[in-house]
Amino acid sequence: MSARAAAGRNPGLVPQTRLAGPMAWVIAIMIALTVIAAAAGLALSNLAAHARAEIAGGLTVQIVDAAPAERARQAEVAVALLTNRDDVAQVRRVPDSELDALLEPWLGPRVTGSVADEDAIPVPALIDVRLKGAVTHRRLEQLRAVLAAAVPAARVDAQAGWLTPVFAAIASLQWLAAGLIVLLAATSAAAVWLAARSALGTNRETIEIVHLLGGSDAQIARIFQRSIGIDAAVGGFVGLALGLAATLLLGRQFAQLGSGMVAGGGLGPVDWIVLAAIPLAGLLLAMFTARLTVLAALRRIL
Amino acid sequence: MSGGEGSIVQFDNVGLRYGTEREVLSDVCFTLYPGSFYFLTGASGAGKTSLLRLLYLAQRPSRGIIRMFGTDVITEPRSRLPAFRRRIGVVFQDFRLVPHLSAFDNVALPLRVSGVPESDIRKPVADMLEWVGLEHRTDARPATLSGGEQQRVAIARAVIARPEILVADEPTGNVDPDMALKLLRLFEALNRLGTTVVVATHDLHLLKKVPDSLIMRLDRGRLSDPTGALRYPPRREAVGQ
Repeated sequence: MSARAAAGRNPGLVPQTRLAGPMAWVIAIMIALTVIAAAAGLALSNLAAHARAEIAGGLTVQIVDAAPAERARQAEVAVALLTNRDDVAQVRRVPDSELDALLEPWLGPRVTGSVADEDAIPVPALIDVRLKGAVTHRRLEQLRAVLAAAVPAARVDAQAGWLTPVFAAIASLQWLAAGLIVLLAATSAAAVWLAARSALGTNRETIEIVHLLGGSDAQIARIFQRSIGIDAAVGGFVGLALGLAATLLLGRQFAQLGSGMVAGGGLGPVDWIVLAAIPLAGLLLAMFTARLTVLAALRRIL
Repeated sequence: MSGGEGSIVQFDNVGLRYGTEREVLSDVCFTLYPGSFYFLTGASGAGKTSLLRLLYLAQRPSRGIIRMFGTDVITEPRSRLPAFRRRIGVVFQDFRLVPHLSAFDNVALPLRVSGVPESDIRKPVADMLEWVGLEHRTDARPATLSGGEQQRVAIARAVIARPEILVADEPTGNVDPDMALKLLRLFEALNRLGTTVVVATHDLHLLKKVPDSLIMRLDRGRLSDPTGALRYPPRREAVGQ
């Protein structure tokens, strides 16, 4: 190669080991796991928000009376009372056929029976009520008082109350996902720190020469930053592809469950943008960690 | 010793020890003036390399004061030292070439570190390699060069950025007498252009080849002044300054 050819490029002062070393692949795995954890966290958040919106203002009135005829009568009275209230948006008596369908897997067909069937299992009559606005303890007590006189067998419960343990579990899972993301970020930073230390050790002689020729700490740190930045960019892209593939696959499998609650856990456009930004965050974290590591090591040289 | 006015380097009662060992340099005092040519002599282990390390700012002394370019470099924050190092050219005894870079890129290194644009690097580096007789080895890696060739690359790298001070540690140790003389002429040429040259050498024959040179002799870490040049330093106006 002639001097002209040699001068046509500015070679790296430190040999590049990208892709030949494990760094890019470590980052790829970390980013993939982070994308999956973040996708899970976002999906759980969406699921909880969707469920909350669905049951906000929801009440269930049960008419608990063993006599089918009396149960039916009180149910009709309750429906009439509730329908006439201004603060009630919607009242729907759950048909016996729907209750039968719900209970069939456990108790067999036609559990509720007809009004005249005294031997039928006394399944409470259910009335699905939707209030205008959220259900508060005060409004719940008011409705109980209204129904108490005319419908003594009525039991009124907020639907949100039944799902409180579910929301608590979802919140725990969200915290778990957030914790995993923090741990993965810390592990990635530690891996970059180790890689930078290793590269510093391997290239110590070169670094000392550059240092003695007047290279500043910032110049030397930039060399390592760029090297690790390239690894992080390649690893981040591969990791994002793997993570998104896994997320799409899992999403498709959950969608096949056909559960209304799970269906609310889909990812929106903003969520996908957040997931796509994870490799960028990984890149910045890797470069920042590499810079700090190299600068700290260089401070020990005069 | 003079007051050091107009000096480029001034050592005042400098001592250096590594760890808890005895001092390898003791009470070193001297002043270097711009455009002078100095030989640093002394037996092996006398402290020549340690003194040079202090000169090219690879080491801080254990005591004393070092002023370079009019600044006390001992108290200077380390973030400002690279700017001083860029004004000093160094030929290391063990060459210290970057192993994965070609001869061309090794010579170009000080220019790149100083931020010289690539377009302004090609010609001076090619000229310099031609001058040291390595124009046919521009793309050779150090491992494929002979000891003498590596030394010439190291010298080319030390002088490429026209340093104000050139510090050379046994620069002719691995070259034949003809090349040694040629390299010495290069140092003299640089010296005439105003570079202060400090050459550490065992070779007493070299001293006679540069008649205007001044001699600093180290003996077990203490500096002697056989020509009186350190006590009564000549004041010379550097050419081209």
